[in-house]
Amino acid sequence: MSIEVLPAEIAEGVRAARRPGRFALVMRNPSVIIGATIVTFLALVGVLAPVLGTISPSEINPVYRNKKPGAERTIRTEDSKEVQFVHRFGTDTLGRDVYSRVVYGARVSLVVGLTVAVLSVAIGLTIGLIAGYIRWLDSIIMRVMDGLMAIPAILLAMGVVSLSRAGLLAVVIAIVIPEIPRVVRLVRAIVLSIREEPYVEAAITVGTPTPTLLVRHVLPNTIAPLIVQGTFICGSAILIEAILSFLGIGIPPETPTWGNIMAEGRSLFRIYPHNIFYPGVCLALAVLAINMLGDGLRDTLDPRFARRV
Amino acid sequence: MFAYVLRRLVATIPVMAIVAIMVFLMLRLTPSDPAAIIAGDNANAEQVAEIRKRLGLDQPILTQFVIWTSKTLQGDLGESFFFKKQVTDLILDRLEPTVSLAFFTTVLAVLIAVPLGVLAAYRQGSWLDRIVMGFSVLGFSVPVFVIGYALIYVFAIELNWLPVQGYQRLSLGVAGWLQRLILPSLTLSVVLIALIARITRTSVLEVMNEDYIRTARAKGQTEGRVLRRHALANAAVPIVTVIGLGVAALIGGVVVTESVYTIPGLGRLTVDAVLARDYPTIQAVILLFSLAYVLINLLVDMTYTFFDPRIRY
Repeated sequence: MSIEVLPAEIAEGVRAARRPGRFALVMRNPSVIIGATIVTFLALVGVLAPVLGTISPSEINPVYRNKKPGAERTIRTEDSKEVQFVHRFGTDTLGRDVYSRVVYGARVSLVVGLTVAVLSVAIGLTIGLIAGYIRWLDSIIMRVMDGLMAIPAILLAMGVVSLSRAGLLAVVIAIVIPEIPRVVRLVRAIVLSIREEPYVEAAITVGTPTPTLLVRHVLPNTIAPLIVQGTFICGSAILIEAILSFLGIGIPPETPTWGNIMAEGRSLFRIYPHNIFYPGVCLALAVLAINMLGDGLRDTLDPRFARRV
Repeated sequence: MFAYVLRRLVATIPVMAIVAIMVFLMLRLTPSDPAAIIAGDNANAEQVAEIRKRLGLDQPILTQFVIWTSKTLQGDLGESFFFKKQVTDLILDRLEPTVSLAFFTTVLAVLIAVPLGVLAAYRQGSWLDRIVMGFSVLGFSVPVFVIGYALIYVFAIELNWLPVQGYQRLSLGVAGWLQRLILPSLTLSVVLIALIARITRTSVLEVMNEDYIRTARAKGQTEGRVLRRHALANAAVPIVTVIGLGVAALIGGVVVTESVYTIPGLGRLTVDAVLARDYPTIQAVILLFSLAYVLINLLVDMTYTFFDPRIRY
């Protein structure tokens, strides 16, 4: 028993000595700081949406259609008091308040990004571990992954979306499927290299059962690269969700998402560019922040790629 | 070389076969009955059964796959549910705008990104380097349609230099064709420029410390020649590789760009087909784009010997 534990402990000790305070290092990386701050801010905006001076994002008001940013109107609150309300970002073609829709849109984008990242990492990790460890399944799985990767991501997502009724779940699944092969490849590559490590060979020699081996020795090595990969997936998922919604094949148009607000603003873009401008800036900012976070995490967490700029 | 090309071509067959199986299964996995969709809302059960029989949907799935594959290989991609035309004709009709856009974009991206990347590497750490690197992170993050609308707003609406939207066939004159391609290509090239500039910078940086660069400088070559003949030439293979991989981003971008600029190309066709649940067209477009992606990357591998004579097959 003691033989089985010892190699892992030594390896852990050596690793800790070689990279002191890896996670403390993360917090000092400028990209991580800027990215994390913006992401936290957007998450707070999403969570606190109802108290940020918004009105219902789906409230239609035919009288106040296509107002420019800054237009004012009187609204009646729940306790029937009349207050002056400013449409900070103007209104859309149905008279909905663009500011409220953009603020609520942060919710959808972040939920989609996070869900897709967690799901694709979880599924990809499982398939990758299987492919890396069960030899005869490896070639079958990897051929299927090659096939999936040969289809450009947005097209694959569009194909999947077309199979079912538009909705949040369909969109999430449609974005997860093209991301899985990338995670599988990463995990498999790690598994194949870890298998050759002396401490894994030692564990095999002393008869550690495969599941224990995977969980105890292989899994910990995949965590750092997967956090990095998951962050990038989150960013690209937000982008693809917005693209699908913008094209009118994503989340139903009533739901306030950044892509939907922009789709709404397409027809009158020449006269009222604000419908595209505000959600576009938010979307770009969100994806930029997440990508910066990912870059910073990769530089600090994943030493193999750190030198590759 | 020929044997290698042949081997690589054969190796693409399994990949394309898997793509084909997935694309085929797509239609059979639909929750709705394709025959009912074609027949329309007013059709009775007999008409639906008739159509099902005509399309061979009453056959066992394996038979269907064999029939579908042999038809596809002969260029018969079936009839569009929505456009009521042969999908092959539909695609041929939409090919020109998309190929023009993709070609123009790639040329533009390479012409802008490679010099930028080389200069950024040459002046590593300077303000130029920082701008190029900052731009490349930005290019990955700003969605294609936001760039598109921003460019339309500035160059077409405010400055009125270029037409807002639309496409003009090449046969109607080169000037009009080119004029309408400038903004869409510029839009689409942003993400490619980001990708190519970044990899150019990295791979030029890697060779800048090599002995042959020092030798070239020592024998008195101008810096421009050192960069072009010695640094860039040796850094070419990763750059070409990333251009090939960028085709996936290009295809995704084509779908969006064509919608923003109302260009009647394959991207628009894809969006319309998905909106109309026009499965034969969706299948055909996915197959075609995947094939293009795989073949372009094969072609890129072939060019390695040209860019780096040390590589032999």
